[in-house]
Amino acid sequence: MGEQASAVTGTPAAAVPKPFQFRTALVLQESTGLRASTLVTLAKLLRKVPDSCVYYHTHHFVLEHHYLTPEPTNDFAYWVGEIFGDETLGELLASVDIMEYTALQGLREVLAGTIERYIKEHPATRIKFAPSGREFFFIKSVHVIMPTPYTVSTLAEFAQALEQVSLHSLYFHIFDARLRLGRPTNDFSLWLTEQLGLKALGESVAGLNPYAHTLQTLRTILLSLIREAAAHA
Amino acid sequence: MPENATATLAAYEPIAGKSVVDELRQLAGRLAGKRILMVNSTRKGGGVAEILIRMVPLLAELGLEVRWEVVEGSEPYYKVTKKFHNALHGAAELFTQEMFDLFLEVGRANAKRIPLEADFVFIHDPQPLPLVEMRKRHPSSRWVWRCHIDVSRPNQAVWRFLQPFILQFDAAIYSTPAFAQPLKMRQVLIPPSIDPLSDKNRDLPQEEIDAVMRRLEIPRDRPIVTQVSRFDRLKDPVGVIEAFKRVRRSVKCRLVLAGGPATDDPEAEEVLGLVREQAKGNPEIHLLMLPPDSNIEINALQRASAVVVQKSLREGFGLTVSEALWKGRPVVASAVGGIPLQVKHHHSGLLVHSVEGAAYAIRQLLGNPAYAQRLGENGREHVRENFLLTRHLVDYLLTCLTTQYADETIFLDGS
Repeated sequence: MGEQASAVTGTPAAAVPKPFQFRTALVLQESTGLRASTLVTLAKLLRKVPDSCVYYHTHHFVLEHHYLTPEPTNDFAYWVGEIFGDETLGELLASVDIMEYTALQGLREVLAGTIERYIKEHPATRIKFAPSGREFFFIKSVHVIMPTPYTVSTLAEFAQALEQVSLHSLYFHIFDARLRLGRPTNDFSLWLTEQLGLKALGESVAGLNPYAHTLQTLRTILLSLIREAAAHA
Repeated sequence: MPENATATLAAYEPIAGKSVVDELRQLAGRLAGKRILMVNSTRKGGGVAEILIRMVPLLAELGLEVRWEVVEGSEPYYKVTKKFHNALHGAAELFTQEMFDLFLEVGRANAKRIPLEADFVFIHDPQPLPLVEMRKRHPSSRWVWRCHIDVSRPNQAVWRFLQPFILQFDAAIYSTPAFAQPLKMRQVLIPPSIDPLSDKNRDLPQEEIDAVMRRLEIPRDRPIVTQVSRFDRLKDPVGVIEAFKRVRRSVKCRLVLAGGPATDDPEAEEVLGLVREQAKGNPEIHLLMLPPDSNIEINALQRASAVVVQKSLREGFGLTVSEALWKGRPVVASAVGGIPLQVKHHHSGLLVHSVEGAAYAIRQLLGNPAYAQRLGENGREHVRENFLLTRHLVDYLLTCLTTQYADETIFLDGS
């Protein structure tokens, strides 16, 4: 690779590509002690809980239910629709496209704003309560990030490691990297573009909607994109 | 000793996934040589001991120096702790100062007897709580209170008595957020787990299932609906029979209610009488009084069932649901206690709120085996990801590690 331009994209690769270290994230859940039994409290607390809490409730289902297609909606939508019993608001919250947000603050704003607007338009919802014991419990997550034994320098090595790493590792590089760690896109896309100079492949990887697939399917799609790029290189 | 207490981590690889076990080993490597002390109230019987029996050898295999100690006491002390347990669950119990004094006296005697040198001390449930008074002698230790019970609506007399001890811990662990009390300390959420290698959950060959069903005299001529639970009003066995009778109007099936008597429940006899009355003269309802160690029988019954029901009125975590899901069985369960964490409605089972709802859900599943199978398969994967012993071990190790950090994102690179 070195200084050569990629045959696929013409994007210059890094002089000496920095190896990619696959990491993994293990998640511990913590109670914030906050709970909501009404929509008003839900919106109010949603505006003040830590970012890690917003992240948890919009992402933990990806890991916990990674075998399902389509995956269940975010926790707010699920709770409002299935437990609080307001299908319309549940649908509105489920329709929030997480991919449109590059920061948790924006995601928090749209979720809280959707609930607040709905309450204004449907004042009767103010007096409705969730059943006791089935309130919305705000949970935050603590992420412990560790290196895996996989460090790669070439596209072939990258593909090989991608086949082996855990779903937690995949989750970390795709989901955590972008919204929890505030990186512009997922880690794979960044490395492929910046270190290997594979701009087109990097863009394809960045353009994937990871929320629409199971983690295992995501792995398969990533591998096929890489193999396709390698075949054209 | 249970049959699998010596199962090694490698045995969990094909079940939980190699990468999961690898990560567990890697995480444990960060704590290699650290001393972990587990303290609970019994070595035998009850869910806590059942988990520790399996967990302690695995922690040792992972390179931790792990010790398991048990508080000792007299018969009057155990009576008091039983009352504490019930009161923390919200039962109306009367307490005298002598009872509190006895709890403290025995707790302090145990604190003197049990060596408390450890890097991490896990105190399980309320009985060993007074041991925390000794923590100042071990300033570098981290102390964690592992609360297995639902303390969301505790008897205030007991809670006020215990709170000063609890507040001396670095963190508390609850099974679900709904079970927690607001406390000014870290409150970690760790659900319990099932052991996929235990007799209650391991794979059974079809011949073994058939043999158990023959022994229990349950005909296999029509789909079987099963609830495994002790005969306790809160498990609503009468409600299950009512739901079954509704289903039976249009679908041919059998009902099995399997469990033991609730020996510590004064209403147990009355409930059992009601159940017998409801089942009387109905050859399609099978009541099985099983001894406490009937693990293989329960395993076989769940595997032979078309639908497994858990129609509790109130529940702790309700791990019987995970046991059924692990066997790929479609589950109909009440949305109480820890059950909604195990069953995502329409994804990994059906949640219900009434006899009518249970009947409707059972009918749906019996009438649509493909749908039932899909729910069962999803349920098994849900348990694989979230409720196996390997995940429980990861969470305990994460708890140890994170007590040393204040951050919400902890990078362990290069250490």
